[in-house]
Amino acid sequence: MDWGTLHTFIGGVNKHSTSIGKVWITVIFIFRVMILVVAAQEVWGDEQADFVCNTLQPGCKNVCYDHFFPVSHIRLWALQLIFVSTPALLVAMHVAYYRQEAARRFRRGEKRNEFKDLEDIKRQKIRIEGSLWWTYSSSIFFRIIFEAAFMYVFYFLYNGYHLPWVLKCGIDPCPNLVDCFISRPTEKTVFTIFMISASVICMLLNVAELCYLLLKVCFRRSKRAQTQRTPPNHALKESKQNEMNELISESGQNAITGFPS
Amino acid sequence: MSWTFLRDLLSGVNKYSTGIGRIWLAVTFIFRLLVYMVAAEHVWKDEQKEFECNVRQPGCENVCFDYFFPISQVRLWALQLIVVSTPSLLVVLHVAYREGREKRHRKKLYVSPGTMDGGLWYTYPISLIVKTGFEIGFLVLFYKLYGGFSVPYFMKCDLKPCPNTVDCFVSKPTEKTIFTLFLVITSCLCVVLNFTELSFLVLKCFVKCCLQKYSKKLKSSVCECHNLRYVKYGEMGAPPLLQKHHLDSAMSTAQGGETKVLCGTQEA
Repeated sequence: MDWGTLHTFIGGVNKHSTSIGKVWITVIFIFRVMILVVAAQEVWGDEQADFVCNTLQPGCKNVCYDHFFPVSHIRLWALQLIFVSTPALLVAMHVAYYRQEAARRFRRGEKRNEFKDLEDIKRQKIRIEGSLWWTYSSSIFFRIIFEAAFMYVFYFLYNGYHLPWVLKCGIDPCPNLVDCFISRPTEKTVFTIFMISASVICMLLNVAELCYLLLKVCFRRSKRAQTQRTPPNHALKESKQNEMNELISESGQNAITGFPS
Repeated sequence: MSWTFLRDLLSGVNKYSTGIGRIWLAVTFIFRLLVYMVAAEHVWKDEQKEFECNVRQPGCENVCFDYFFPISQVRLWALQLIVVSTPSLLVVLHVAYREGREKRHRKKLYVSPGTMDGGLWYTYPISLIVKTGFEIGFLVLFYKLYGGFSVPYFMKCDLKPCPNTVDCFVSKPTEKTIFTLFLVITSCLCVVLNFTELSFLVLKCFVKCCLQKYSKKLKSSVCECHNLRYVKYGEMGAPPLLQKHHLDSAMSTAQGGETKVLCGTQEA
């Protein structure tokens, strides 16, 4: 049980996503999950063992470490990735529900002309419109909220995205203000900035996808309104012809009676 | 044998679950199992190595650690996940038993082995009740063992061989508290989902029973009306069309829910 399971869950949604959504999934799994697993966990592996304070007082190191790192960077990133990926499950559940309904109607005998068999229902790509559009847009909205929230929590907890190489700590049981040294601060800063940048890119992709969906809906609605207002050409010609015939017949009648209309 | 085994077992349950059951499975997989595997397990990795007491007496740290953490929180979490997932297997076993029966008798005994009817209707709510019981049991155990859900950053210990009351410091207490609270919240969420699913099933059954009783009552009152009419008009020899007309109007009145009496039987 690991990130591969999450990939299986989210990969299923990939089929019904927009192109921007597919790019987002790729960025998440390659630039964030893989980097977290392959690199970040090695860099943060010895974080407490190599956190050293300038005192032999037992307990001082533990207390200072806990004060400066209430939650480790990699745990926060892992939680962020899990939370950011889960709104896609809403879409997966909606698609599964839609397929279940279609299969039920197919078994009852309706929609036989739309699908060849039950396998066809499973293979069909569902268009993002109607209620699925709302589910999909809500999932993107929640993704943006979660990304922003985690980035803020990160900034708030660590006073920025830069790790200093020395911290001053004077909490009990430390006897006085002691110097505490973090292990590999520069490497950790590099990875932190990398993960934050990937987070920002994912957020921008989500915003772009949301705008794309909104534009698509507006464009579809305006097209529908246009087709309703102006009837198609042959109907137009017919109605004009009818008008002409009426005018001719009226003028003919008037000519007979001798009174102007 | 690892967590993937449990995951594969539980994926089979998905087919026979209700909608809320599937949400429960998703919450369990993603917010409990996955979080445990990728994050929580690592937080408690060096818990004894970094547990430090303010004394150099050999054995004092070991004794104090064992006293304050009889079983590690993360191990209790893993046990809870395993124990809470297993009642769902009751449903899988029951469906497998049904399929076995159909194979043995070589004929279709059920609408489909996975449909929730007959015995399976009892197995599913029982598995829900057992699941909920285990969840609540583990939460109570957690609370009682650690005196709450927060991990203090130091503890006072005076057990032998410690020479006096010493201060012992826990590693990463804040991070452990955050993950413990996360565990408790997801556990409570699962309890709520189980209760909701149980209520939904009970309500569904209640509505079905009421509808069945109502349709039985309707059938019996229609039969009575038919008999009454037959007795009344039998001697006069009324044409069958008239009898049928009154029967139809009686049925439509009963369906419309009006209180007008046509057959001498009151329909509310």
